[in-house]
Amino acid sequence: MNYAHLLSELTVFVLAVFVGVEVISKVPPTLHTPLMSATNAIHGIVLVGALLIAVVAEPRLGPALSILTVFLASLNVFGGYVVTQRMLAMFKPRPQASIDAKGPKHDDMTIRLTEDWKP
Amino acid sequence: MDATSTSTTQLLIDAAYIVTGVCFIVGLRLMNTPLTARQGNIVSMIGMAIALVATGFQLDFAASWWIGAIGLGAGAAVGIYFARAVKMTAMPQMVAIFNGCGGGAAAMVASAEYLRLDPAHTVVPLDLSIASVLTAIIGSISFTGSAMAFLKLQELMTGRPIVYAGQQVVNALLLLVAIAGLVCVAIGYMPVTAFFASLGAAALLGVLFVLPIGGADMPVIISLLNSFTGLAAALTGFALGNDVLIIAGALVGASGTLLTLMMGKAMNRSVANVLFGAFGAVKKTAAGGSGSSLAADATVRESSVDEVATMLAGAEKVVVVPGYGMAVAQAQHSVRELADELERRGVEVKYAIHPVAGRMPGHMNVLLAEANVPYTALIDMEDINPEFPTTTVALVIGANDVTNPDARTNQSSPIYGMPILDVDKAEHAVVLKRSMKPGFAGIDNPLYALDNTTMLFGDAKASVDKLLSAVKAL
Repeated sequence: MNYAHLLSELTVFVLAVFVGVEVISKVPPTLHTPLMSATNAIHGIVLVGALLIAVVAEPRLGPALSILTVFLASLNVFGGYVVTQRMLAMFKPRPQASIDAKGPKHDDMTIRLTEDWKP
Repeated sequence: MDATSTSTTQLLIDAAYIVTGVCFIVGLRLMNTPLTARQGNIVSMIGMAIALVATGFQLDFAASWWIGAIGLGAGAAVGIYFARAVKMTAMPQMVAIFNGCGGGAAAMVASAEYLRLDPAHTVVPLDLSIASVLTAIIGSISFTGSAMAFLKLQELMTGRPIVYAGQQVVNALLLLVAIAGLVCVAIGYMPVTAFFASLGAAALLGVLFVLPIGGADMPVIISLLNSFTGLAAALTGFALGNDVLIIAGALVGASGTLLTLMMGKAMNRSVANVLFGAFGAVKKTAAGGSGSSLAADATVRESSVDEVATMLAGAEKVVVVPGYGMAVAQAQHSVRELADELERRGVEVKYAIHPVAGRMPGHMNVLLAEANVPYTALIDMEDINPEFPTTTVALVIGANDVTNPDARTNQSSPIYGMPILDVDKAEHAVVLKRSMKPGFAGIDNPLYALDNTTMLFGDAKASVDKLLSAVKAL
């Protein structure tokens, strides 16, 4: 057992958890469904692991189960990203007129971006 | 390839993995506003692509390239097809099934890696064996649990809680088997058998622990399963010695855990309480006893479409309170049309979103966004509650428990302490409801008997459509 290596991996894990909590807690509730879907796609990173165990000289799980492993992970990655993108495309801010009337909430960026997105 | 160039390749691959980790973090960071969220998702995709290309340099394509190609291609085709075809109302079950795929893949990767280390004949380092067996346990719980959640949400089986005597005992025993297997793997006693016994027990546990979870508790369970798969991915990273899996898994695990806690808070229940079904027990006593403050002789006032239409058209501010019933009736587009018509008449329209309305976190927001409601009109509970006293009409569409004033005042109510939307404080509350049947939790809602509340019975979509034409005719 390689303690030094394990310790450095644990360091990476712990730091990533803290970064995750920081970043995720800033996501507004309105985006919680796309967030969950986006993180879903991100854990599709097991696809890397799936390829590493499947595309070798002697796949331990045999060809059928190895294909299934890669299939599941690949479904997770591609499905996850596409559905997230589809959902996010639906979130549109208020039309320009009402922003002027009510005062911009998200500073000048809202106004600039809504130019293109005006329905 | 000589030793130097091998290590150079490995260094480059590791460097690429760091870039991937950064892309994931930046991608999630950009999701802090709907304005940049799409770019965020694209950054995250780029990160994934970099990781896959880097991984390609580690693979032995000469041996079994076709295994990777078939799996990857078929997964991409099926995944993209369903991601494009799925209806927005079916999003919770879609997310559940993608989540399960990730968990299942993680469990299988861990199994393959463990077998590769040949535990039957050699001593596997403790950190690797424990990481593998934990991945197998958590990954398979996530896989079968998500599959169950999918079946429930897709209504291929009942969405009601399924309970039986000794349920907790059976679950505890299965957990015990999984842990015993883990110990055997760790000390090297019949390690291969123990490994797959753990995996099998965990898979069964995944099925059984979702059985007693009802539809209204799904936001908690979906979040929890999300965090499980994240954790499984991170553990796969430990088993394979791969940092990018550890980083990505940790991010997802943190996200899922945070959402789980938020959902629990929004229901004023601990996650343990949701999981171990204490709610069901409390519910029954409440329904039978004096739990409800709604008197037996309380009467509700039924209103007509024309009356409500007049009320809405003459209002200064209308707050729409959507719930799962709106999603079931597919009423979101009609609701938006009604809101548009009201806004044309100078009525201010907002939407009050309770964190656990619907079947997953943010479910209502996605449905309304699909119906072209600007996200700036979707207001969270804390921000909208102070506005109800100045609201002319609170229009409750298919929401029930999240509007129940008993949660505020009646200590014997099973939902006492749950934060609710204060629709009873509006000048008028109009409740669109199929019938007087209590909502999912089976609790009476005294809101319906209040003097300023009127009921409009019928299918949510039909009612809203009638309201729309009535308002237009005014």
